[in-house]
Amino acid sequence: MTSLTLVRQIAARPSIVFEALTTAEGLASWWGPDESPVIKAEIDARTGGAYLVRFQTADGAEHEASGELLEMDPPRRVVMSWRWAFGGEPEELGRTSRVEFEVRAVDGGSELTFTHAQLRNEASVASHRYGWTGAFDKLSRILAAAPSDPI
Amino acid sequence: MVNYQSAPLDRIFAALGDPTRRAILARLEEEECVTVSGLAQPFAIKLPAVMKHLDVMADAGLITRAKHGRTVDVRLSPGPLREAADWLARYERFWSPKLDRLAAHAEARERDVRRTENGDRSK
Repeated sequence: MTSLTLVRQIAARPSIVFEALTTAEGLASWWGPDESPVIKAEIDARTGGAYLVRFQTADGAEHEASGELLEMDPPRRVVMSWRWAFGGEPEELGRTSRVEFEVRAVDGGSELTFTHAQLRNEASVASHRYGWTGAFDKLSRILAAAPSDPI
Repeated sequence: MVNYQSAPLDRIFAALGDPTRRAILARLEEEECVTVSGLAQPFAIKLPAVMKHLDVMADAGLITRAKHGRTVDVRLSPGPLREAADWLARYERFWSPKLDRLAAHAEARERDVRRTENGDRSK
């Protein structure tokens, strides 16, 4: 089990950051790829509620990601299951991931910690705990030291 | 597409999800080749337990073992690790610009809200 963690310092109060994560208007503002519009964004912002985001890429193809809110603790924490309904990476179709947003009040605004964990199946969404994000630093050093395979 | 002919990603990540196994990987990163008994030495666990960890790592394709007389040499096998890192890199490219736009959107909202708050105060 692995996870990707990204952190952002945001000059906005936690309630505003949380609103961008959990309202249709908020999701539409950041979910789409740079130059293409979000066609549809919906969210039922409560634990167990569903959300979906549909957007178009420059090639005209439509993509839709959807999932459920697994945990909702405004304005601190929201956890969502996440999968491609269509248009994602082919090998990811039918796979469910878990995305987690933690918002912490800091001087000057908020610190957002984002985690995306790959999951084996739906059942593991609820049951798994993750704890080895720090290992990736080690991993990158191992990779940097390893000779490249011919591609 | 690069094919390392390695174990599925799930198995690699499962193998990496244990502190003893990560410590073994770190050791192999520093010393190219270590014997099984050499790997067991720093841990407060018995040799058979270390062997079990090595089985998991070998199944995931993370290490190779070679018998030399009475000792077994263990080496790092970087391909599967790179596959795991590829997954992470791909999703970092996917999410990073989104989080940047999320931050920009929230900061614009914050400025709007502050303007309104300051406006209210001056009334």
